[in-house]
Amino acid sequence: MTDSRPLPELLWEISSQGRSKPHLPRHSAGDGVGPPVELLRDAAPNLPEVSELEVVRHFTRLSQANFAIDTHFYPLGSCTMKYNPKVNERAASASGFTRHHPLEPEELSQGSLELMWRLQDLLERVSGFRRVSLQPAAGAQGELSGVLMIRRYHADRGDTARTKMLIPDSAHGTNPASVAMAGFDAVQIPSDEEGNADLEAVKAACGDDVAGIMITNPNTLGLFEAHIREIIDVVHECGGLVYGDGANLNAILGVLRPADLDIDVMHFNLHKTFSTPHGGGGPGAGPVGAGPRLADYLPGPIVVSGENDGGYRFEMPTQSIGRVKSFHGNFGVLVRAFTYILMHGGEGLRAIAENAVLNANYLRTRLAESLPTAYRRSCMHEFVTSGKIGEVETMDVAKRLLDYGYHAPTVYFPLIVKDALMIEPTEGETRETLDGFADALIAIVAEAGENPDLLHEAPHALPIRRLDEVKAARELVLCYRPS
Amino acid sequence: MPFIGNTDSDRRRMLETLGLADAGELFTDIPEDVRYPDLDLPEPFAELEVLRETDRLAARNAASCGRLSFLGGGAYDHFVPSVVDYLASRGEFTTSYTPYQAEASQGTLQAIFEYQSMAAELLDIDVVNASQYDGATAFAEAAAMAVRAGRSGRRKLIVAEGTHPQYLEVLRGYLQATDVQIVEAGTADVAASRTDEETAAVLVQSPDFFGRVHDLRGIADRVHDAGALLVVHTDPIAAALFRPPGADGADIVSAEGQPLGIPLSYGGPYLGMLGCRQKLVRKMPGRIVGETVDTEGTRGFVLTLSTREQHIRREKATSNICTNQGLMALRAAIYMAAMGPRGMQQVARLSYENAHEAATRIDALPGFTVLPGLFFREFAVQTPVAAAEIVSAGDDAGISPGIDLGRFYPDRRDQLLVALTEQHTAADIEQLVTLLERWAR
Repeated sequence: MTDSRPLPELLWEISSQGRSKPHLPRHSAGDGVGPPVELLRDAAPNLPEVSELEVVRHFTRLSQANFAIDTHFYPLGSCTMKYNPKVNERAASASGFTRHHPLEPEELSQGSLELMWRLQDLLERVSGFRRVSLQPAAGAQGELSGVLMIRRYHADRGDTARTKMLIPDSAHGTNPASVAMAGFDAVQIPSDEEGNADLEAVKAACGDDVAGIMITNPNTLGLFEAHIREIIDVVHECGGLVYGDGANLNAILGVLRPADLDIDVMHFNLHKTFSTPHGGGGPGAGPVGAGPRLADYLPGPIVVSGENDGGYRFEMPTQSIGRVKSFHGNFGVLVRAFTYILMHGGEGLRAIAENAVLNANYLRTRLAESLPTAYRRSCMHEFVTSGKIGEVETMDVAKRLLDYGYHAPTVYFPLIVKDALMIEPTEGETRETLDGFADALIAIVAEAGENPDLLHEAPHALPIRRLDEVKAARELVLCYRPS
Repeated sequence: MPFIGNTDSDRRRMLETLGLADAGELFTDIPEDVRYPDLDLPEPFAELEVLRETDRLAARNAASCGRLSFLGGGAYDHFVPSVVDYLASRGEFTTSYTPYQAEASQGTLQAIFEYQSMAAELLDIDVVNASQYDGATAFAEAAAMAVRAGRSGRRKLIVAEGTHPQYLEVLRGYLQATDVQIVEAGTADVAASRTDEETAAVLVQSPDFFGRVHDLRGIADRVHDAGALLVVHTDPIAAALFRPPGADGADIVSAEGQPLGIPLSYGGPYLGMLGCRQKLVRKMPGRIVGETVDTEGTRGFVLTLSTREQHIRREKATSNICTNQGLMALRAAIYMAAMGPRGMQQVARLSYENAHEAATRIDALPGFTVLPGLFFREFAVQTPVAAAEIVSAGDDAGISPGIDLGRFYPDRRDQLLVALTEQHTAADIEQLVTLLERWAR
């Protein structure tokens, strides 16, 4: 199941002068006169020289040193590592999309514009928001956009004393980081003993210096915020706005439209909820939806449909915070999400949520004795337990799971659960896969008692043993230096 | 339900384990009055139906029929070698995530380390990170980083002319909640002269939005003497041939990495390249891969310097960036590996020569004037009629002759921005010239 062959050398280490043979035309259409010599590089860049076969073998071999959804169960909590349908890839690879230049005039871009308009519409229907912008390149950029929108809203009303943004202590780190970039002070809201944002703390924090709250629901404990309505009301009553972090939308697809709770603005993670591949760390896409208070402030441009079949065109919302990336968002990612939503329809989306939540609760129940959750409630799409077993640390359990052929859950997050192990199975996995994973974790818990060193020293079955992160940070070798 | 593995019987057994009769009981925390809305979505499409639909949409774009195009403006139609698509579409790369478990992610980590290494060599800078979203956000983050890394109290950024107008918009957008002052100056030379004790950094794009390559020799010294940093935004293909930003003393470098094997794809996903001098690395946002060893001394790679990042530092982080563009960095790494040093230079040379041939031919047309200045693969032409008219005529002829600069600058309605790469042929240039001849006078 796992592969312990040694890792390939670096490209430079197999490089040989003259070996690379790029298959380029020999001559241009021009006269062969190059640029003025004084502005040229002193020497060609010292890139590796390898044959095409070596390139293919190198990167193929590297790929095999990865765990991926296509090869392994990948219950990385908070990341929604669901199956990425291959039809998405085929749809996005049409040459009419891949070769479509972003500055081609709108009249010659009607296919892409129609797709974007319809995706905006689909996301509006799924979320209940009035308007959606597809601009942001990732969830964090969606967050920044939403918080800047809140800032601009208050500024337009002359309400400039609102400097605080409330953030529950279970939130992703991107929330406070986005708030800081938008010039607000993050105020941490503690969680109550049930794992909810503490309503009394929200009430106490609210006042005319509060710009709003950023709230993830279901939260990162995998729990639906029990006081969500009261929290939203309290924040609105004090003049603040509500940012809903849509990171965990997968749990409530087709079951709840976030805008129906009177949330003002929310980002979607298309690479989580709508199955676009995570790509080893991006690209994602983080569209933002807004309700009546903030719709005009969305980042732009967004696509509008002309009157009388006048075609689709771009338009900047009237009070827009502006552009957050070049061109029109991560279009290739948008095509994949559009494909995915069309294949599901309303009932299909609801089935995603129901199966994601059922799978999570089944796994939670299977592990209830060995690894009980921090909060004794049924969960949504994920749950959080502690991975510390006697002298064995959460990280040890995570590394040992790799030996069993499973990607590890998220570790040490959320910060409010000590030694957290955060498990999100997603809807696509079968009962047998979940059982196999539960059996492995139960076996590892037993190993922790019998032979803790086995876990301290894990992984054993991979091409590499435990890596020294302290050395990496201290010595900082960040690129290969050809000697 | 297209991608659900469990059967009804699986679900029944699982619900029994939970002691529940119905999965709906798992959602009772959600307020009842808003539970189970009618989404009013289209009926589900079968796979062949959804592909029919997306193919129909793709076919409505001009790009679908292999149209001859001279569009650039920050996105360039360089050839993508077959190995790039082939290797980068492997599921082990596409369906993995940020390498939080390093031992299970050595493929991604080593590939990104190799990307960082090749990109640093190309830009001649000490360190390049694992990527930003695109050129525009890399530029904006470079600027924000320069303010953080600059001398304390300095809150002014001087941006030289020729910066991509959308990059300027994104820069203003990113810094809208700060007190940083953004000043647009003239040339890099003028910008350097205006550097004062309030200036954190001077920002220059070369090749700039109009394709012009700027001679930046000596600029860094003047900027440094005034106590500021120099940020240079460049192009990775140009950097293979021309003096790279590091050689001219840039402290921070950004670039749009799209020309390195990444399809146009209507503007994204692209690759934000961001690099800096070693001494500034702790001020740099975004993921970075570093080399280390395992417990047996075997070399391996990990994400490092995470104490700069939002998941550790939260509101004190260098940026809110989390997910970046890993798969695009992989594409760039494969591209550079496939091209090698001579291939990279050959692409640059062919693009340069094709662009200059086209410029010479167009400049010879009465009424058309190529604007002065050394350029790389893109140039602005003064046109005898509104550029929009030429673009529109091109629609009928099946050619995209360039970008009407009036879209970006009201005072440039009679200028066309024309880009060529190694993909263009003598016949392509002939077609463009033939189109433009209609207005020659």
